[in-house]
Parts: sequence; structure tokens; C-alpha cells
Amino acid sequence: MNLSSFLIMRHEILLLAIALLLLVAEIFISKNKKGSIVHLAIFLFGIHTVIGFLPLGETSILFGGMFQTNNLIHFFKNVLNIGVFILLLQSADWIQEKIVEQEKGTEFFVLLFFSLLGMYFMISSGDFLMFYLGLELSTLPAAALAAYETSKRISSEAGIKLILSAALASGVSLFGISLLYATSGSIYFNEIIEVISLNNLTILGFILFFTGLSFKISLVPFHFWTADVYEGAPINVSSYLSVISKGAATFILMILLFTVFKSLMPVWENIVYVVALATMFIGNLFALRQQNMKRFLAFSSIAQAGFILLGLIAGDQLGTATVVYFVMIYIFSNLAAFGVVQAISLKTGKETMDDYNGLYRTNPNLSLIMMLALFSLAGIPPIAGFFGKIFLFTAAASKGYYLLVFLAVVNVTISLYYYLLVIRAMFIRQNENPIPYFKNKLYMRLGLLITVIGILVLGLYSPLYDYIYELSSVFN
Amino acid sequence: MDILSLFVTVPVLTILALVFAKGLKQARIVAMVGSLIQLGMAINLIFAYFKERAINDSIMVFTKDYMWFEQFNIHYTVGVDGISVALLILTSIVVLAGVFISWTMEDLPKEFFISLLVLSSGVYGFFISLDLFTMFVFYEIAVIPMYLLIGIWGSGPKEYSAMKLTLMLMGASAVLLVGILGIYFNSNADGGALTFNILEISQVNIPFEAQKLFFPLTFIGFAVLGALFPFHTWSPDGHASAPTAVSMLHAGVLMKLGGYGVFRVAMFLLPLGAIDWSWFFIILSATGVIYGAFGAIKQNDLKYINAYSSVSHLGMVLFALLMLNKTSWNGAIMQSLSHGFMTALFFALIGMIYSRTHTRDITKLGGLLKVIPFISVIYVIAGLASLGLPGFSGFVAEMNIFVGAFQHEDMFHRVATIISVSAIVVTAVYILRVVGIMLMGPIKNSEFLDMSDATWFEKTGILLLLIPIIGMGVAPLWLSDMIMASLQPFIKGVL
Repeated sequence: MNLSSFLIMRHEILLLAIALLLLVAEIFISKNKKGSIVHLAIFLFGIHTVIGFLPLGETSILFGGMFQTNNLIHFFKNVLNIGVFILLLQSADWIQEKIVEQEKGTEFFVLLFFSLLGMYFMISSGDFLMFYLGLELSTLPAAALAAYETSKRISSEAGIKLILSAALASGVSLFGISLLYATSGSIYFNEIIEVISLNNLTILGFILFFTGLSFKISLVPFHFWTADVYEGAPINVSSYLSVISKGAATFILMILLFTVFKSLMPVWENIVYVVALATMFIGNLFALRQQNMKRFLAFSSIAQAGFILLGLIAGDQLGTATVVYFVMIYIFSNLAAFGVVQAISLKTGKETMDDYNGLYRTNPNLSLIMMLALFSLAGIPPIAGFFGKIFLFTAAASKGYYLLVFLAVVNVTISLYYYLLVIRAMFIRQNENPIPYFKNKLYMRLGLLITVIGILVLGLYSPLYDYIYELSSVFN
Repeated sequence: MDILSLFVTVPVLTILALVFAKGLKQARIVAMVGSLIQLGMAINLIFAYFKERAINDSIMVFTKDYMWFEQFNIHYTVGVDGISVALLILTSIVVLAGVFISWTMEDLPKEFFISLLVLSSGVYGFFISLDLFTMFVFYEIAVIPMYLLIGIWGSGPKEYSAMKLTLMLMGASAVLLVGILGIYFNSNADGGALTFNILEISQVNIPFEAQKLFFPLTFIGFAVLGALFPFHTWSPDGHASAPTAVSMLHAGVLMKLGGYGVFRVAMFLLPLGAIDWSWFFIILSATGVIYGAFGAIKQNDLKYINAYSSVSHLGMVLFALLMLNKTSWNGAIMQSLSHGFMTALFFALIGMIYSRTHTRDITKLGGLLKVIPFISVIYVIAGLASLGLPGFSGFVAEMNIFVGAFQHEDMFHRVATIISVSAIVVTAVYILRVVGIMLMGPIKNSEFLDMSDATWFEKTGILLLLIPIIGMGVAPLWLSDMIMASLQPFIKGVL
């Protein structure tokens, strides 16, 4: 371990240091000032995020091939960092008001950071062992977080549901990995690439492995846990699961499909095609009737995962770039939507769509942010989501999947319907006792502001996409 | 900033100014000033256009090109020819008239004018775009504010109508997107780079198989906005529920995007597809023409009458475009303009009548000519223009369309043309029926006696729309020449 490898692993090491530091710092904070751990955590993580942006230098492989990184992976870790940073800002008030008094403030951050650390290792993995460790490290703390509001039965239920389905998924995944090991004789990605061939055992191994990751991304038919967990878990945790966790899992899935399983492309093309269609249709159709905003966003995020698969199916540099670009935009859009839900739920405890009736007349700013977020998710120009989505479609069309693109745009129209339902509630419907006007605290406002800037700028500012496209050449 | 991009920039600046405006009085002044500047720019553009045309004979003038997304070769490219100039004028006049008609918008005035201007900036951007991607972006920007405009400020079953309209138009744009991507990925058929640029693609020989596949998608995608039968159902409900200015803008301007897009994208870039598919869409559009006209006869709600009449008139635009010759194309563009002014005027008048009588049911109205003579007389004039009386814009347009259509000698085109022509007679029936029942006869309700006639802002709005209708009818030549001269590159493809 020398300095240069420290620089390459700076995300992982810094985050670990911050998490441990917080645990120690708690001891030194006096009892009546426990809330200040929030400031400390946000401050440290902010620094961590900024340091992450320093250029990586050379790309390299550590620990005999277990850990790899390159500019695209590095960039993606930064994207995850920004997402988590926004998430911290949005959850600050909730922690200070509800969690600190239960003396669980520090642990929230520590668990969150460990889970993020797992994601770093997962997307940087160079072999299946590291991948599996990362997957587990990212999932187990998330399950604890889902059950964080111990006063609510539904929250514990969410935690149990998440841990059980995650355990099942990783078991299936592990079985797939072992089959792959059986056929290729290695767990290292770059060795498997050379020996992997189209035979039944490999395909079976791949399918099982794909199933495991599908749980994490909540692709149909492995999406059943999603709505229940999102509904039960604290909103920030739902938001974390739907944004950060899903983003990271999509990213590693993409890397593996484009590198390790490249020669299985004739097989996984068909699988991705079918799963994409099923995910879009089921996610969208179930979202139509949801009343609870968290369940609503859960199904919406299932459908969004289906759209991401359209970029995966392209299987080349264009596909990589569009997927990363979309995930980045999706992080901002979904965080904005969850942020508003969080702000309203914290002040008033209201979480259903009917409660939002007439919101614009009392809270115009929150309504506008929500509208921007939903338009971005629906793909209305000139908001970022439009560009993300249209580029995904372009990637699929570039390989001649016109029918798939057509069905996807049909789904965009379906999804527009339910996004408009929320907008209808906020802007058109009247309410006898609407949610009263309230002012958010600084952190929340900052968290929402960053997402709004992201939603507005990411799409229109084209050099960003060009930059991602350039980075994406590494997997081809 | 070039002369064309200002058409998008000024509405955006007006919107920013509106954000800081307080109350109805400030908001409407800001909106009016912004739209007035737009109108001034549009008039200035005509003169600039003629000056430029004299020395520049390329297809598009005032072109500007900025790189946007390099990887996809997406540009922000603008440029105009005679057709787009004419439509820009239409837009600027209707928007200004719409602002005057909404002079007393009490409920959330600021938001209303902002949505209206977002819509108009989308329309302007659409007409000046020469890049398919940018064009598509502007198309959607123009459509989505309709949801809020109808939903918040509408009347009747507004939630239903707003949702129906938005979903149908967005569904259409989804179909359109597939068509555009299809064109894009075939734009390198001659070995060049993939491009979204309309002028560049028009030079490419896209394979016939691809044209055959993507023409209907592109055509339908745009034509839904142009109320193509059987996808017109959003239009009557949408118009009936929308507030006055929105109906005006929507029927007057937004629906023109459909015809323009069909012409500029589907027919210009996929001419072989157009020839191959024209029979099918001629049947649909001729059905729309006659169906809209008969639909209007049966209605009692003023807005529904006008909405069905729009289906009929815009069906004629699509019908004329499919005739594939210069005369009828000229007629199609003239009809777009004429219908734009006329229908906006109709909706403005209907709004005024409704705000005074609180009903749009013609069976409950009567003898309005005696109490509100100004509004009633204008209504008669608009009606006469609509049924194609010589001296008004409608006559010039329909004359061109049918002269062009009769140039086809085969049986199929003849029958279709005869069916469409007969709609003119039906138009006379429903226009005169309304005039007879609503304006003439006894006053049916004594409350109507205290009604006041049009106020100054209503008169301004009316005059803004009336002048072009008469102007086009009396002196159509300069406009027709300007449009004719721009049709040359289009005709090459289909010969």
C-alpha cells in the first residue's frame, strides 16, 4: 500500500475514515448538543465529495486484480457522492427532529456510509469475490436503515422484507457465480472474458447471476419487495434505495454485461429485451392506481429501471454513455421528488396524493420543484429527464430495435398520465384544508436547490454528455 | 443574437419579467408589452425577409447553426422560408390578441400568462427550427403547458379534457419520436454522417423501405395535432373546456404545428413514402373534412361547433398537402393562416358572448344582434369568412386547394375531392344556423337586455384578427407569391 494506491482508492479510504471518525466523535459531543453530529457528518461528507472530484491520474488494478478503477468508475462514484450528499441535506431535519432524541443519529450516518462503501467496492470490483462482498456490504446496512423507525411497525416490516429478499437474491447470485466458476475456472473478470463461451451451464450461471442483480435494481419479475419496502422505510432510506442503490447496481450490471458477458450478448440481448418490456409495463400500470406517494414513486422507479435497460441493450459505447447519463439525471430528478415528499411528510405527516390537493396555492415553491421533478421523470423538454430518456431510446434505435423503442415511448405516455395526476392534485384540485404554508430549514432548502439546478442544467448543458461519452470508451 | 433566435428569447425574457410582476395589472401589461415586441419583430421579419430574398436564393434564409450535442450531431439550427415567416406572423398576432382577450383573468394571472408564453415560445421555436431534434423539443414545450392552461383555468369537465388532450398529443409525439429516430438513422444512406438537419437530410436518398416504414409514423405523429380523423377526439373536448385565450391559441396556432410538421418533415424528407401512402391518408383526411362539417351541424354548444369546424378545416389542410402539387400546397398554407385567424376570432367572440350570457348553448340564446351589435356583426363576418365567401381569406385558400386537387384526373382523387368540396356547403349550413338562431330572432332571456357591448381591449383583440382576414381576402397575392416561391424545393421530391 503506497501513496499512489491510496490516491486510487481515495473514495473508499476517505469514506471509511469519515465513518469511523463519526463513531469516535460522538463520544466527545455533549449530551444536549447531540444534533451537531448532523453538521459534522454533512461537512465531512461534503469535503469527501469535493476531494473525489480531483482527477484520478492513471487507471489501475490493485490487489492482484480484485479491485479495478478507471475514469468512468471514478466519475460514477462522484455521481453517487453527489446523490448521497443531497440525501444527507434532505434528511438532516428528520434526523435532528426524530432520530437524535432516540440516540441513533450517528449510527444512521455510519450505516449509510458503510452501505455506500459497499457500493464503491461493488462497482470497482475486478472479480466476483469482491463483487459479492460489495453487494453484501451495501445491502446489510440498508436493511438496518429501512427498519430505522423502530416506533413504527411498518418500518420493521420493511427491514425484514428487504433483508429476506436481499438474502435470497444474493444466494441466487452466488449460485450463478459458482456455476460460472465451474465453467471458466476463475473468478477474475479479465480471465473469465477470455475463456467464457456459449454453453448451457454458462448461460444458466449467467441467468442466476442476472436474477440476483435484478432484485437490487427491482426489475420485473423481481420487484415485489420494492413498493412495500419503500412505503415502510423512512423516506430518506426509500430515496436511497431507489436512487443510489439502484444506480450503483445498474452500473455494475452494465459493466459486467459489456465486458465479462460480452460473448453471451446473443443470449442476454433477448433477456434484457423481455425484462425491459415487462418492467416498463408492470411498473407503469401498477403506478397508475397508487395513492401513497412513496408507493407511487416506488412503481415509478421500477418503470424507470425498465427504460434504463434500453440503453443496456445497445451494448456499446453509446449504450454506456446514455446509461450513465440517464442514471445521473435520474438521481437528481428522483431525489427532488423524494425531497418534497420528505419535507411535507416531516412537517405535516401527510403522504397521500389527495393530501397534495391545492398545494400550489399554499406552497408554490415546493409544488414547482415537484412539478420539475415529475416532468423530468416523465421526460418533458427542456428538462434534463427528456434528454436522458431520448438518448436511451436513440441508443436502442441505433441497433435497430424500433419496436422496443415504440413500446417504450408508449410507456412514456402511460407514465405521463400518473405524473400528471400529482400535478393535477397540486395545481388544479382544490382542498378545504390544504397543507398549510411552511418554510423549510436551510439544509432542506439547499438539498432541493441542488436538485433543481441539476434538473435544469444537466440536460441543456451538452459538454457534460460529451464528457461522459468520452469516458465511456473504456469498456469497449 | 440573430434575428430568429430572438423569437424564442423574447418570450423567455417576458416570462422572467412576469415572475417578478405582482397582480393582474402588472402581469397583463408585461405580457402585452412582450407580445407587442413579438409582433413588431414579426412585421420587421417580413421586410427583412423580402430584402434578403432579393439577394439570397437558398432554400432557407437567416440560417444560424450552433453545435449542441456533438456525439449525436444535434445542432440548434434556425432558418426561415416564406412558409415559416407567414406562420410566425400568424403566431405573433394570435398571441397578442390572446393577451388582450385575457385582460381580466382574475385567477392566478401571473401563472396564466407565463403558461401562455411558454406555449408561444414553443410554437415560435418550432417554426424556426431546421433541426429535427430541436424541432421535437419545441413541439413538446408547446404542448405540455396546455395541461395546466386547461386544467387550472378551464371550465366544464376540465380535468378530463386536459388529461385527454395531453395524453393524446404526447402519445402522438411518442409515435413521432420513433419516426424521427428512423429518419435519423437512415440519414447516412448516401454515406455521410448521421444528421438531424432537415436540409441535409432532404439531399439524402433514404431507402424506399425505410420511407415506407417511417412515413406513416411521422405523418400520424404530426397529424394528430392537426386533428386528423380518427385522432381528432381530443380537440372538441379540449377546446370546449379551455379558457378563451387558450382555445384561440390552440386552434389558431398550435394545431398549425401539425400541418407544418407534416409538410416540413414527413413529406419533405420522405417523399417516396408520401407518394406510397397518400391514398390512405387522403381517405382519412377527406373523411375528417366531411365528418367535422356534419359534426358541427349537430352541436348546440358554440365551442363544440367551432371545434368540429376546425376538424373539418384542418382536415382540408392535410387533404391539400396530400394532393402533392404546388397549387394545393399553396392553398394548404393559406388555409392554415386563414383558419388560424378565423378560428381565433371565433373563439374570442364565443368567449365574449359566454362571459356576458353565461351560456354557450345556442338554443338558449337569441336576438343578440340587438343587444351586443358589435360582437354580433363581427361574428357574422367571421362566419362568412369561414364558409369561404369571396373577399375573405377563406375563399382564397379553398379556391387554391380545390383547383389544385382537381388537377388529378384519376377516379380516386376526383371522388375524394368532390366529397371534400361538398363540405363547403355543409359549412354554410352550420354557420348560418348559428347566426339565425343566436343572433337573429327574439331575445329569449330578459337578463340579456342589460349586456354591454365589447370593451376597448376586446375590440383591440378583435381588430387584430379581423384585419388579416380581410387583408388576405382582398390582397392575397404578395402572401401567395411569398409562399409559392418557397414551395419549389418541396415539389422536387414528389415529382
